[in-house]
Amino acid sequence: MARFIPVRETILAGAIGLLLVLVASRFPGFVAPGNLANVLNDTAPLIILALGQMVVILTRCIDLSVAANLALTGMVVAMINVAMPDLPIPVILAIAVTLGALMGAINGILVWKLAIPPIVVTLGTMTIFRGIIFLISDGKWVNSHEMSPAFTAFPRAVILGLPVLSWAAIVTVIVFALMMARTPLGRSIFAVGGNPHAAVYTGIDVGRTQFLAFVISGALAGLTGYLWVARYAVAYVDIAGGFELEVVAACVIGGISIAGGIGSVGGAVLGAIFLGVVKNALPVINISPFWQLAISGSAILIAVAFNARAGRSKGRIILKSAEASS
Amino acid sequence: MTDTAAPHRHVPDRLQSRATRVFRSWEALLLAVAIAIFVVNSFASPYFLNAWNLSDATFNFTEKAMIAFAMALLIIAGEIDLSVASIIALASTAMGLAVQYGAGTPELVVIGLMVGLLCGAFNAVFVTVLGLPSIVVTIGTMSLFRGISFIILGDDAFRGYPASFSWFGQGYIWWVFTVEMALFALIAVIYGVLLHKTNFGRAVYAIGNNPTGALFSGIRVQRVKFILFLLTGLMSGVAAICLTSRLGSTRPSIATGMELEVVTMVVLGGVNILGGSGSIPGVVIAAFVMGLVTFGLGLLNVPGIVMSIFIGLLLIGVIALPRLWTMVANRRSA
Repeated sequence: MARFIPVRETILAGAIGLLLVLVASRFPGFVAPGNLANVLNDTAPLIILALGQMVVILTRCIDLSVAANLALTGMVVAMINVAMPDLPIPVILAIAVTLGALMGAINGILVWKLAIPPIVVTLGTMTIFRGIIFLISDGKWVNSHEMSPAFTAFPRAVILGLPVLSWAAIVTVIVFALMMARTPLGRSIFAVGGNPHAAVYTGIDVGRTQFLAFVISGALAGLTGYLWVARYAVAYVDIAGGFELEVVAACVIGGISIAGGIGSVGGAVLGAIFLGVVKNALPVINISPFWQLAISGSAILIAVAFNARAGRSKGRIILKSAEASS
Repeated sequence: MTDTAAPHRHVPDRLQSRATRVFRSWEALLLAVAIAIFVVNSFASPYFLNAWNLSDATFNFTEKAMIAFAMALLIIAGEIDLSVASIIALASTAMGLAVQYGAGTPELVVIGLMVGLLCGAFNAVFVTVLGLPSIVVTIGTMSLFRGISFIILGDDAFRGYPASFSWFGQGYIWWVFTVEMALFALIAVIYGVLLHKTNFGRAVYAIGNNPTGALFSGIRVQRVKFILFLLTGLMSGVAAICLTSRLGSTRPSIATGMELEVVTMVVLGGVNILGGSGSIPGVVIAAFVMGLVTFGLGLLNVPGIVMSIFIGLLLIGVIALPRLWTMVANRRSA
């Protein structure tokens, strides 16, 4: 029975529920369906990026360049839009995803072929990507009046009551749930993180899997780059500054083990939603938004301490039952 | 994670002579790079070769290098601290807060150092007592420490530091030699002796190479790591004093992104990011290299964010190039 109820996700979902109840007890309007849909829409970029980051962390790597990748892709598509306003949105989307995947591939190649620690690679590419935004934009902003109406309207277009931005997150979640559970790539991502040596003996190329994880994370960052810039209708050097930490925080809170191999799509999504609810609830209950950084920092520490404990006791139980059965 | 992909190494049948080892060492290569940058800069800008300009240029690296020495030991021992810039922000905020209650320079120094130590101890408890990975813990405290600064300050700033407090960041010992330079030199010597001449330093290397082996040879691994986190926190406190004194004001965004530059400096100095090897002289030369590059580019009117591209390329390049070199060399010998 316990097998079918994931403990960590249940606790996290409970925490989110409790948070909603607490806020709703004083401000019932916060849990109105319309407002919850707004919270989901606001959290959509975080959900998408957290899923990309999850794949990378599962393979024992980390991608700190996602926010810079997002900002650079956003700036490039915004500038393309200014130069060629008639370019259809599907082409813009294709450019954004390709460019993001390309930047992810740079990270992946350095990790795969040169075996450079991922944290060093992505710390480096993070600053390089940000710097390139400044180089191509000359430090200038691309403002809403320069963008074409179709460009900015796409993420806000409402389908079945939800904006496209929310749908992008929902579709990503479904695709990832299927990919992680049903495809060879998804299983090999878990295998590589769980035990790289065993993965090699089962015929999985560890480096190549890590490379693909970075490409996936990059492609999602590129997609989010366009959606972000179009939604806020502005592109400049510092958009989404420090967002990579929020993305990692969502994963850690969602129970993705930084040591690799342990985690779930549900966990990453719940971790992102937890941060999204906190972020949206703070102004409602009249706490300064300056508290947010400290709260997400504390949430990371509590989550990682909690998960480490859960993981440890689980290991012991497996050993005990193995001894008992033998 | 990487051992599966490791190429076969060429194993020599005898040691190289001492002279060859010195000349082919990472530090020698780095020194050559530093000299080359110095020469190129002297030709590129007429303002470079000026004692006062060069003295000003040292501010580019002295504060970061103070942290980098402690960080080098931490990374050699196989851990990392990404929260150093946030510790600076919190220590600086605490000092600014104390000024509002009329604290003088001695109290400010004590507060800065104490906050640094406390933050280091906080990280250390999570890593050594609870046994959590230092990357995640310090990413968390990176948000937490700076977050506390934001809660206290919001978008405000603390000013009004006592005049005598400006000595640390703006004072001169003699002629063009600043107080920060003297501190930098003193700290470099202390850490050089600590790492290369004491039992503690040997323990740091042992832990980085093989934590289990170190434990079985009687080294108190967790205690050594605890001390290293304390030292990194303390050095961040020292850097906070210097930086606050130099700027004369505190904002919560102070020293944003400095952790990256500190880690870059350490890795550039030849410290293995996976732990186990590295030296203090290497970090000293790396500090000069980074200082000279940023100063030279600054004289040529290159904006700060473009300099960060160079820093990022430097960080990846110094690790990638030797690995590319061994890959090519191995292919040739095979």
